[in-house]
Amino acid sequence: MKTLITAAALSFAATSAFAAGHCAAGKTLTDGTLTIATGNPAYYPWVIDDAPEAGKGFEAAVAYALAAEMGFDAEAVTWVRTSFDEAIQPGAKNFDLNMQQYSITPERDKVIDFSAPYYTAPQAVLTTTAVVEAGAMPTLDSLKTLKWGVVASTTALPVVMEQIQPDQSPLVYDDNANVVEAMKAGQIDAALFDLPSALFTSAVLMENGALLGQFDPAAAENPDQFGALMPEGSALKACVDEALAAMTENGTLAAIEAEWLQEATGVPLIK
Amino acid sequence: MPDPRLQLRGVTKSFGEVSVLKGIDMEIAAGEMVCLIGASGSGKSTLLRCMNGLEPVDDGEVFLDGVDIAEPGFDLSTIRQRIGIVFQSFNLFPHMTAFDNAALAPRRVLGEADSAKARITGLFERFALGDHMHKYPDQLSGGQQQRVAVIRALAMKPNTMLLDEITSALDPELVGEVLDVLRQLRDDGMTMVLATHEMSFAREVADRVVFMDQGVIAEEGRPEQIFSAPQQARTQQFLASVLR
Amino acid sequence: MIAAVSTIAVVLAVVVLVPMAPGWEAVKKSFFDGETFVRTFPTLLRAFLLDVAIFAWSVPMIFALGLAIALSRGARSPALFPLRVFGAVYVDLFRGIPVVLLVYLVGFGIPGLGLPRPWNSPYIWGTVALVLTYSAYVAEVLRSGIESIHASQRNAAICLGLSERDTMRYVILPQAIRRVVPANMNMLVALQKDVALLSFIGPVEILRQAGIFKSLLANFTPYVVAAIIFLCVTVPATRYADYLLNRDRNARS
Repeated sequence: MKTLITAAALSFAATSAFAAGHCAAGKTLTDGTLTIATGNPAYYPWVIDDAPEAGKGFEAAVAYALAAEMGFDAEAVTWVRTSFDEAIQPGAKNFDLNMQQYSITPERDKVIDFSAPYYTAPQAVLTTTAVVEAGAMPTLDSLKTLKWGVVASTTALPVVMEQIQPDQSPLVYDDNANVVEAMKAGQIDAALFDLPSALFTSAVLMENGALLGQFDPAAAENPDQFGALMPEGSALKACVDEALAAMTENGTLAAIEAEWLQEATGVPLIK
Repeated sequence: MPDPRLQLRGVTKSFGEVSVLKGIDMEIAAGEMVCLIGASGSGKSTLLRCMNGLEPVDDGEVFLDGVDIAEPGFDLSTIRQRIGIVFQSFNLFPHMTAFDNAALAPRRVLGEADSAKARITGLFERFALGDHMHKYPDQLSGGQQQRVAVIRALAMKPNTMLLDEITSALDPELVGEVLDVLRQLRDDGMTMVLATHEMSFAREVADRVVFMDQGVIAEEGRPEQIFSAPQQARTQQFLASVLR
Repeated sequence: MIAAVSTIAVVLAVVVLVPMAPGWEAVKKSFFDGETFVRTFPTLLRAFLLDVAIFAWSVPMIFALGLAIALSRGARSPALFPLRVFGAVYVDLFRGIPVVLLVYLVGFGIPGLGLPRPWNSPYIWGTVALVLTYSAYVAEVLRSGIESIHASQRNAAICLGLSERDTMRYVILPQAIRRVVPANMNMLVALQKDVALLSFIGPVEILRQAGIFKSLLANFTPYVVAAIIFLCVTVPATRYADYLLNRDRNARS
């Protein structure tokens, strides 16, 4: 016990000394500490068990990796909670970074700052447990045989028609809610959603929802991208972007995504 | 003595507050031709409608060949095959040809198919309508339409005909052809009850004339008696007003 | 003559003046793009066949059910009182609910009870929604037709010994139906347009196909194409209904 505390104290001292020369020095709310906000509560698979301190779940893991890349070690990370909407309002913030699946949009970018994306939402195949039990597989051949439903105004329709080329013509709806309703009614087998929406829909809106697989995010045209939110004009932005670029470069982000959004959620890549 | 063809006992009928028939007793023998005369609203039409059950009576009995048809729940469709009725306004079915007007009921009610055709064609020819059989009602004159209505009733082979002012809606020059038809029926021995304003015709053909006034039979008798020597003051009054 | 001159003047004004409006080029490009027209027309026409098919199989059901409801509302026998009440409730209910709401409720709701394929098809239940609504309207039209036939016609039939049933079938209905043909024609024109509401629950008919093209090509010309295809059917139908209406009016006067 004594040894542990000593080790922690030592490492803290070492980190502080190191951080002084790093890009984040003097730019955080509390010097030497990185304050990160998440949702209240925070959800699976982004944060497991609403406990970001454990570093489990995609965003929690990204947060600690990002902190490490910026020169903060685990003890120097402090978590706070914000509601989704209050964080995208203009004004003073009680966090350095806020990560709760904020899609980067030009409108939001006018009032707050976004980091470079740490996640690009791929298209995922939402279906029902019944369809999975009937033998549907995360392969293009298997997807062809399903009855598809898509939202008319999205890019999902060309994806379905050109990449999957289903045997039966798809049914088309006005919005995601109708697609989900048609799936509940058993009128369609499968639909394309971006993975976060698909996860939410399958877990919250449907009783027997299931995710069959996800497409390579690189394949998506104009995909949803998540960025860490920062106060407008944040001095930290350059530092965060630099760290994220490094994590993309060295495969850290991809590894975390594979661990928490493919393996943990059981949504394999479609081949 | 055989039952009379039609017998009415104490028949009353009101529409709401208005009492239209106030206790009618009447007998009509088979083959008899009875003319009902009287002012409009005296109850002639209602009486005719009570005779075939088209209007249910409030009280009293209506016997057809000895059977009370005024009893509630009596299946009137069977007696309606035996009593034909013709209305003032013809009431032909405008969407059918004259022939189909006459053939509908024999086909549907009597179950006749081919046999009806010859018989009905015969009726049209007999009443000089053979050339008009396949015309629609609106292509026929009023007199022709009314003759078709008579043929339509006859097609059901009735033993009694009720005729409700069947010439009243016709132009004067068309009345004759319709009355001719009635003369022919009379010669056949058809039992007929005729509500009419044609006094001279009633006098010529009726076996008996019944004068109705305010829902009662005011006077009845042989035509010469009623027209030449009416006993009641109101009969005299009525005849004076119509025979001017 | 005056009519001809003024018509020509108006057409000229439209043809000459509208293109002079400053936004005309932009409007022309997004609504009247020839290339898009040619490219989308065949697919839209094919999609329209689905509208026609839905219409074609709905109409017999609408009239059969509408007739049944109209007759049940007119039932005379006291024993059939519940049927009369049912008819009245049916008409009030389904005339009162907007078609699109019924399309959603029936189209998603009933299959959601757990019907297996193909019995949960949006085509089946969307059609049911149309049939429910339109049969309620048609029932009212037919009932008004039946009631417009003078009682003397019924009396004449009854006095010939015809049963109530035969009287209705051979005497009243043929006249009543003829009398309400114009009203029903208008109903059919409205139905032809409402068929497009089925697209809300999945089927890709012409309006939905036009919407897909719009998103894909960022151009509104497909909607114009769809409108033209609709007009090609509904204008002659409306004209024909008007013709029947006038003929009927002239015949009665």
